[in-house]
Amino acid sequence: MKAFLTRRKSLLVAASAALALTLSACGGGSTGGGTNPSPVEKPSFAAGSTMEKLSSAGKVTIGTKFDQPLFGQKGLDGKPVGFDVEIGKLIAAKLGIPADKIEWVETVSANREQFIKQGKVDLIVATYTINDKRKTEVDFAGPYYEAGQALMVNKDNTSITKPEDVKGKNVCSVTGSTPAATIVEKYGAVLVPAATYSACLEPLRNKQVEAVTTDNVILAGFVNKEPDAFKLASEETFTKEPYGIGLKKGDTEFRNWINDQLEGFAKDGSYKKAWEATAGAVIKTAPDLPAIDRY
Amino acid sequence: MDVIIESLPQYWDGFLRTLFLAVVSGIIALVVGTLLAAARVSPVAALRGFSMAYVEVVRNTPLTIAFFFAAVVLPRLGVTFQQFEVAAIIALSAYTSAFIAEAVRSGVNSVPVGQAEAARSIGMKFGQVLSLIILPQALRTVVPPLINILIALVKNSSVAGAFYVLELFGYGKQLANEHGDAVMWVLVGVAFFYLLITVPLGYLAHQVERKVAIAR
Repeated sequence: MKAFLTRRKSLLVAASAALALTLSACGGGSTGGGTNPSPVEKPSFAAGSTMEKLSSAGKVTIGTKFDQPLFGQKGLDGKPVGFDVEIGKLIAAKLGIPADKIEWVETVSANREQFIKQGKVDLIVATYTINDKRKTEVDFAGPYYEAGQALMVNKDNTSITKPEDVKGKNVCSVTGSTPAATIVEKYGAVLVPAATYSACLEPLRNKQVEAVTTDNVILAGFVNKEPDAFKLASEETFTKEPYGIGLKKGDTEFRNWINDQLEGFAKDGSYKKAWEATAGAVIKTAPDLPAIDRY
Repeated sequence: MDVIIESLPQYWDGFLRTLFLAVVSGIIALVVGTLLAAARVSPVAALRGFSMAYVEVVRNTPLTIAFFFAAVVLPRLGVTFQQFEVAAIIALSAYTSAFIAEAVRSGVNSVPVGQAEAARSIGMKFGQVLSLIILPQALRTVVPPLINILIALVKNSSVAGAFYVLELFGYGKQLANEHGDAVMWVLVGVAFFYLLITVPLGYLAHQVERKVAIAR
């Protein structure tokens, strides 16, 4: 009976220790406080336009992610923070709506098109890659940022510097994601599928996979948390993921207006300010606003 | 429905990996489980104690913990493997063998004591009594529970999908992400391929039982 107890105990201790380690790896603090752009006083818009409707209602519903550090993350205080959130606030301010009148709705990758179609949100700023398939369902303003797929490796790894280096090697990514498909189909990696990107960190640490791949901004969040353990294999990205602002299909007037505002933000410096208050904590050089896709 | 036909290559790959996990873990678990049962009835006290401790700990621990231990804790302790299938097989066979051990033990208990006494009286050693007289009779009486355990093993292997192995369930998640509009059909496909393993297994059990079962 004694042997039974000690055996069980040591097993439990080991398991709970590892659990604690994994949990701490998943947690992480929220980054950046963000800015509070002051709303425009009594803006005027063409009668019947979406801008006019939102402006006179005095509130707007914006979809964003709640679990994407640096872009859209909901902290314990219940307020989402991040670059996406800042862009949302800036647009609302131009409609004359203060930040505290914005209703934030969590939109995960799988429900974004549906939420726009069903009118549950007025617009979506949620690391939302513009692509042709999605364009058939919703309209996109922007892009307001261009991310790209990158590789994260252990700090001491020098054998992987470009995507071609992972051929035949174990690479971890999230089951069913676009980066997972790209690294397998285009670069011949062996996929080790995980449920979340943070679940990829353990195997990487243990050298069971040689790299983790997804958008550079997500990886940057991990590197920021553990700069002694991980690094980006290269600053360069090997896909282009232009992040756009999703809105109802066919509302060209609204889309053009948002595009104008984005260009305005780049000019008056609020775009740069929004970056520095959020994602700039990790990616030091503020990006230039990408060329707006006015289709 | 189109989703299933369109994704047949993925289903097939996942099916083969599930089958592989179940067959390899099943064989290991049958062997280890029988050894554990033998240890449990052996004259050596230390072996009896070890077997009991193992069975009680593993049987009463959730399978997810076993997987977590094999896939995450073992590598931390320095036991790394490049293929996560190895972790899955360790977890599944360690877990299943505890149940096999108990099933076999119940079979051993069902063999009349007189059999062992008679064998000893003609000069057989413990090993011979067990392997030649007791176990052959014991195993024949526990075919149905053993098959139940193996069917559970096939289904339990789905936990591997959450621990870096792309088996049927892992592909199911992937396909559901890709085809958000047809999740139900994706799952119907997954269920179908599990049945493709478990239903024949049940049928096989029936056949084996008819051939070897002994009525007492």
